Order: sequence, then structure tokens, then C-alpha cells
Amino acid sequence: MRVFMFEKPLGMRDTLPDVYKTKRALREAMMAEIETWGYSFIETPTLEYDETVGAASAILDQQLFKLLDREGHTLVLRPDMTSPIARLAASKLYKEGCPLRLAYAANVFRAQQREGGRPAEFEQVGVEYIGDGTMYADAEVISLMIFALKRAGLRDFTVTIGHIGYVDALFFDILRHEQRVETLRRFLYEKNYVGYREHVKSLPLSSIDRDRLLRILTLRGGEEVVAEAKAFATTEVERRAVDELELLWAHIDQYGVTDMVKLDMSLVSHMSYYTGVLFEVYAKNVGFLLGNGGRYDELLAKFHRPSPATGFSVRLDRLMEALGEGRNDEKKTCIIFSQERFAEAYAKAAEMRRKGEKVVLQQVSGIQDMDQFTASFDDVVYVLGKRGKDER
Amino acid sequence: MLTFAMPKGRIFSEALSLLKQAGYDIPDDLEHSRKLMIDVPNEQLRFILAKPMDVVTYVEHGVADVGIAGKDVLLEEERDVYEMLDLRISPCYLAVAGLPNTRVHPIAPRVATKYPNIASTYFREQGEQVEIIKLNGSVELAPLIGLAERIVDIVSTGRTLKENGLVELERIVDVTSRFIVNPVSYRMQDRAIEQMVDRLTYAIEKAGECNEN
Repeated sequence: MRVFMFEKPLGMRDTLPDVYKTKRALREAMMAEIETWGYSFIETPTLEYDETVGAASAILDQQLFKLLDREGHTLVLRPDMTSPIARLAASKLYKEGCPLRLAYAANVFRAQQREGGRPAEFEQVGVEYIGDGTMYADAEVISLMIFALKRAGLRDFTVTIGHIGYVDALFFDILRHEQRVETLRRFLYEKNYVGYREHVKSLPLSSIDRDRLLRILTLRGGEEVVAEAKAFATTEVERRAVDELELLWAHIDQYGVTDMVKLDMSLVSHMSYYTGVLFEVYAKNVGFLLGNGGRYDELLAKFHRPSPATGFSVRLDRLMEALGEGRNDEKKTCIIFSQERFAEAYAKAAEMRRKGEKVVLQQVSGIQDMDQFTASFDDVVYVLGKRGKDER
Repeated sequence: MLTFAMPKGRIFSEALSLLKQAGYDIPDDLEHSRKLMIDVPNEQLRFILAKPMDVVTYVEHGVADVGIAGKDVLLEEERDVYEMLDLRISPCYLAVAGLPNTRVHPIAPRVATKYPNIASTYFREQGEQVEIIKLNGSVELAPLIGLAERIVDIVSTGRTLKENGLVELERIVDVTSRFIVNPVSYRMQDRAIEQMVDRLTYAIEKAGECNEN
């Protein structure tokens, strides 16, 4: 068989110069914003133990990349950054005292899928805010995400906020059985509203309870949703969740970004570790979720260090898609020299580089096709021949 | 402007008349045109015409904001889209069928189908392990020439089964067409989509009343 090209494994992508530059600019813009809010960036290993980080992660088992080390332990390529940071925070950083504000820009890995548009490796930028259970923490994380996306140049996007505690309390109050709650929650998670309505109608419930379950699908919109949800809340837990959302809205209003935010009381995430406020961010021009986040107060307990926590993560590949093609406006100069004038050419290049200009220094006999080579530069300077004899 | 993915074939004309009933002013040439993309500017709509199995793909990737797809396709493809409304059009069901007195192969029972995902899930739930053979059409042929003992396929009137001497063995699930929405469009174009859902809901109810009378 003839090899037509050297293929990459399924779902893996190269990053070529133009894309790299755009990606770096976006990453740096987001990082710069996150740093001004006092968050510290960290790195964790690419490989983790399946037993610990793999098990704590909310990513489904069949979506993990697994391999064995020499002792036969199962390792995973980290599927997200939240569980590695939880591990780290629980074991190392705990002494520093809470709350912790950590951030990352890192590649994560999800199992390969046949269909295009679903990379198996992609970069996420995000934060984890550990040790603060107040709504100020949730508001900070959501607002920071909005500020960081704006700084990266994104305008047309929206953040939808929900509260999983509200959904669970409402369902449990009516269904009284964890199994039945799970069945109903699954319809919301699968976005199957037809199935949800049919299932609710098939349950032996009072008409009041049936209406409560059906109404949750319509409880979405702006600030007014809080009042509506409050009016319908019957249990203490529901009321507490709605109070939290009311407070959250007021705090986000202080940051001045409520125009980017909507509420949806039926929001259920694919991440199963969320315990309270949760949110998703969507942008125009991308058909998929741009990022998400929420409160995960029980995850750190899995690493024997119970602590409230919240965070967000944004997918850099999708952010890039949302913003469209990168603008390549940088200028690059090439200095082509012959060997006897190398010192002179280097001095010139060094001086330009000191000024921050981008300069390629190229010996003339190393070029095979002069026209093709020089075509990629904005400016070409020739330093050729015996000194003083002929310039340019 | 919303992009609306419509399924070509069986469901198309029923879907179109439902849209008209919902008050959408849709030109008649939509049904007979060979164009795959048709703009209806006065309704702020762009229609794309796709294979029924592909509608969910267009909508999941967000190149279409909304679409109409059969429940059979949604079950088979398991795409991440909102299933907003049961349009109650093109009713049919998925069933297991075979020749009368079908004897299942004791070691490797084989099932031919256009729906490998639905079929394998169904038999697993029944506690039966089967081998699936994927076909792209005329599935009824498989038991007749010995490719598989049983098939899983859509049944609407049962005529095709009957004419080929097959019988329905088990009914799997009822199927109607659904109105689906891309998750990002659901958020970014919430007003336009909500309006469309309201108008379609009204049309479905009206159609339901007509059927009862």
C-alpha cells in the first residue's frame, strides 16, 4: 500500500503557525485578565492515576484515555483540570490556608470519536476558587469568566445560570426516591423535553405536583425568574436555592455584567459533580458549548479534605472558532547575507530584534528558491558580496 | 434569521403543511424545487433540505438552528440537541420482524437493520446477545434470502412486511416527528425559537382537534 500522507491518530490536531499565534493571543488575553484578579497559574501532570483523578472526574469512564505504567497501575490522560487541581489543593496547598484562587491553561484529553469536529485533545483555560462557600465566590468566578472572554475579544455570547440543588430538591420533594429523581433528571440532561413531559404525565401525581414539574421548563429568562421561582418554591431547600440565585444576581450586578447573563431553573450539566449554582456559556458561530462551570462542594472530600469550591473552564479551540480567523498583522523581515558579511548582518539583526522586530537571518547559499523564500516576508534586506562593492 | 433543517422524503410534506398551519408563509416551490437551500426572507427563515438521518447532524453541529427529525433518528444517533416538541406527524413504530415461525440461530442470532444502535440496545435490554448487520434499505430482504433471521425496522402500515411474507414479532417503540433545536441556538436565539415553538404548539393542537372530529 502506498502511503499518501503521515496521518495523526484519530482526533489529534496539529497547530500550524497562524493558528498557534491566534491561540496564544487568546490564551494570553484570558490569562492576563485572570492574573489581574489575583489568581495564580499552576500546572499538573498530564498523566494521573485512574483510581484517584480518573474516578473523581465527572467525565464518563468510556471517554477516558487509559494506559498502564510499568507496575501495572492504570493511568489516565487527564480528562479535565478540576479533579487534578482538587487533588493538588487537598494534598499540598492546603497548608497555605483558604481560600485558594488557582488558574490553568492546559490541554485535556477525551476519547477519540469518529466524527469530525470533536478533537480528542484540546486546551482549556479556567480557574478554581477553593474554600469559599459564599455567593461572592460564585459571582466572582462567573464575572471573571465574562471579563476574560471580553478581553479575548468575544462580544456575542451569553451565560446561562441554573441551580442543581433546586432541581434536586424539587424532584425529591415530589418523587421521594433517588432512583426516580435520577430518571427524571436524565431527561433534562439529555435535553429531551418531549420525554420529560410525557414521563411527568405518566406518573401518578396530584395535578399540583405535575404542574410544579412541568413549570420548571418555562422558568427561564432574566432576573424576573427569581421572583417566579420563589413564588413556586415549597420546600426549604428550594427556597434556599432561589435565595442563593437572587443573591448571586445582585453580586453579578455589582460587576456590571448582568446583561450577559440569563437564568434557567431546569439547567442540568453533563458534569455530575456540581452541587449548587452551575452555568454554561455559549457564543455565536459555534454550535457547541464554549465553556461551563459551577459549584462542586463535594469533590474535595474525595481527596479527604472537604471544602466548598467553584470554578469555570473555557475551551480555547471553540473560542477561536467563535472569533473567526485570526488577524495576521505582524511584520517580519528577512536579512539574507553571504558568508563574508555574516558579522555585519548579525549586528543588524540583533539591533532590530532588540527593538522587538521579528527578523529572520538567512545565509544566501542555504536558499534553494529565492522567489518562493522571500515571498513570505514583508521586507527583505540583502547583505551580500564584498563590503562596499555592491549594496543590495 | 433561523436556519431550519427539513427532512426530505416521507415526513417532508406533512412537516410542510404543519408549518403552513402554524401560519408560516412558505412558497409552494419548496416542495418541488431541487435546490437544497431556500431562503424565505419574509419569514426570516432559511430552509435546508437534508436526508432524514442527517438532520440531527446539521442541528447538533449548529449549521442549522432547528430541524424536524423522526424519533427513530434521535434514538439511533443520540445527538446533543433539544427535543422540544412532539409534532405528532408521520406516526409509525419500530418493530422486530421475521418470517413466521422464525427460529433464532442458537449460537449467533443475527439481526439486520438500518438502526444498529437501537437494535443492539433493545436486544441487550431483553437480555439477548445478537449480531447486528447494518443495511441501508430494503431491510425486509434480509430474512427472505437468509442474511439474518430477524430485522428491526420502521413499520407504518405493515404493508411492506405483509407483502414480503414477514410478521411482526415485537414492538419496540412508537415514533413520531420531533422539533429539535441546537443547544447554542436555544440560548442565543431564544426569542425567535420560543416564538416558533409557540406557533408550532398551536398548530399541533389544532391538528389534534381536527383528527378528533
